[in-house]
Amino acid sequence: MSAIEIVAVSKVYAGGVRAVSDVSLAIADGEFIVLVGPSGCGKSTLLRMIAGLESISSGTVAIGSRVVNEVDPAARNIAMVFQNYALYPHMSVYDNLAYGLRNRGVPKADIDARVAEAARMLEIQPFLDRKPKQLSGGQRQRVAMGRAIVRKPDAFLFDEPLSNLDAKLRVSMRGEIRQLQRRLGVTSVYVTHDQLEAMTLADRIVVLNSGRIEQVGRPLDVYHTPASTFVASFIGSPAMNLADAEVAGGCVAIGGREVASGVTGIADGKLTVGLRAEDIQPAASGAGVPFAVRYIEELGAQRLVHGSVEGRHLTMALSPDLPLADEIRVTVAADRLHFFDAESGRRMARPAHAPAGR
Amino acid sequence: MIDRHPWLDALAHVVLIVGVLIVAFPVYVAVIASTHGPNDFMSGLIPLLPGHEMVANYRSMLTDGLSSSGAPPLGGMLWNSLVMALSIAFGKIAISILSAYAIVYFRFPFRAVAFWMIFVTLMLPVEVRIVPTFKVVADLGLLDSYAGLTIPLIASATATFLFRQFFLTVPDELMEAARIDGAGPLKFFRDILLPLSRTNIAALFVILFIYGWNQYLWPLMVTTTSQHYTIVMGIKRMSDVADALPQWNVVMTTAVLAMLPPVIVVVAMQRLFVKGLIETEK
Repeated sequence: MSAIEIVAVSKVYAGGVRAVSDVSLAIADGEFIVLVGPSGCGKSTLLRMIAGLESISSGTVAIGSRVVNEVDPAARNIAMVFQNYALYPHMSVYDNLAYGLRNRGVPKADIDARVAEAARMLEIQPFLDRKPKQLSGGQRQRVAMGRAIVRKPDAFLFDEPLSNLDAKLRVSMRGEIRQLQRRLGVTSVYVTHDQLEAMTLADRIVVLNSGRIEQVGRPLDVYHTPASTFVASFIGSPAMNLADAEVAGGCVAIGGREVASGVTGIADGKLTVGLRAEDIQPAASGAGVPFAVRYIEELGAQRLVHGSVEGRHLTMALSPDLPLADEIRVTVAADRLHFFDAESGRRMARPAHAPAGR
Repeated sequence: MIDRHPWLDALAHVVLIVGVLIVAFPVYVAVIASTHGPNDFMSGLIPLLPGHEMVANYRSMLTDGLSSSGAPPLGGMLWNSLVMALSIAFGKIAISILSAYAIVYFRFPFRAVAFWMIFVTLMLPVEVRIVPTFKVVADLGLLDSYAGLTIPLIASATATFLFRQFFLTVPDELMEAARIDGAGPLKFFRDILLPLSRTNIAALFVILFIYGWNQYLWPLMVTTTSQHYTIVMGIKRMSDVADALPQWNVVMTTAVLAMLPPVIVVVAMQRLFVKGLIETEK
């Protein structure tokens, strides 16, 4: 177990494509970090640089206190779980788990003990003699995790390990990974494009966009104070509503219609306003702004209502108990609004306010 | 066919049976001819029913050979063919799997050039380059030797290409997982890639064994003493007699014997062979 220190790391591929630029990140011992972002954002490349499968163009990666830039993957003492499991198809589950240990010259009795322990932890004892082909997707994923556990590594690296599973299995495996990581206390870096996995698993989320870190923070902090419109639209489901707006004298107007007032700490001018679906509330009759309903998604516990205010598309989450109409009048609390710079998309600080949310 | 009409079934069977007959008839003729005495062919017609000389024909060919056409006993020629076919099959597999491994998994200068040079040799079969190859072999003093028979035929673009295609279908993650598990390049090759290629190797072995066994032109060029004759050459020599009728019964006996080893190889490896051609274990 050890901390991972990433300092100013970049990856430039032959041909000049920058996959990762100038990323710095300090991962504490035992921490569960999730790298999240859309495809092509460099999250897998970053992970593979930590693993040593990809060379580091500039900057340093240190595991423990040792800089590992030039260290072979096998010598970094990390374990990796791959999206397609990457189990050795011709070996039994036992041999899959034992292979890495045998290569390291671990004594036979020790291998037996470690494999047995990992198999017990993951409940794969009945399959130890089978070939990966004879296992289901979830079982294969367990074996892949077992292969990581038996090594007793300094860090676990997960590369979208749940993407090949069906939705239900994904949820249960997600829980298991979290518990396992807590129990073993091993520093973990987990790559996913699924914001829900990021929110539920991470101690800290790292949102990446085009090879740069967009925001680092605890899941709820990232959710409640997204650092940019990119993070705002990426984290959370449904995505945060973003609309061009104008602020004048503390009043926020979308498409010319005032939606909130009493906003302090924001200079007058054009900006992008963000509001979470659950922060838009139905207003008492006569008050608020008209919201033209376009279509509805029923989720059971809540109901997502898609519609528009002054032609700007918005989504709000309503209780299914509320009666529906073609037009609803809605209201937004001023302290629930997020403001982003219209040009850069960066969050605009509101010194007078505590961060929106709790 | 989803619609099953009885007459369609019948038609399908007729076509298949006719096909089998066309393919099998020459083999049948060869087997029948090898059971007759030398005089049964004088009429110019090949008999279609078994004769009584089978035991005598096979015994004489296996023990004495056919001295009149300078053919040694078949045992030696069969042995030569076997050595040649096995050397070519194993040699080709060993060389091509290693070169494919290098081309797929290593980044070395002129890698693409190396691949294309191997690929281009596909267009130069033995027959095309036979004169320069013969010159080289002769200068190296390899005429009339097993080395001369086999080495020039061992280099194989086809097998390299097949292994390359197979290696490309092996997911990269497997190699990466092995690297993290502490397996170096040779260990990865031995522990992972080689076992995975098992069925491909078997399929190639069958194809290459038959290829080596059926070589005719090259052995004819490089062997001048009967000690190194192969069986396929032997058939030709026996049927090629001056001022006499070929002894067809003996020629056919030899042909039947020459057919047996490839048949045994195909039958023995059929299961792996089919598997290697249609599926990949991943």
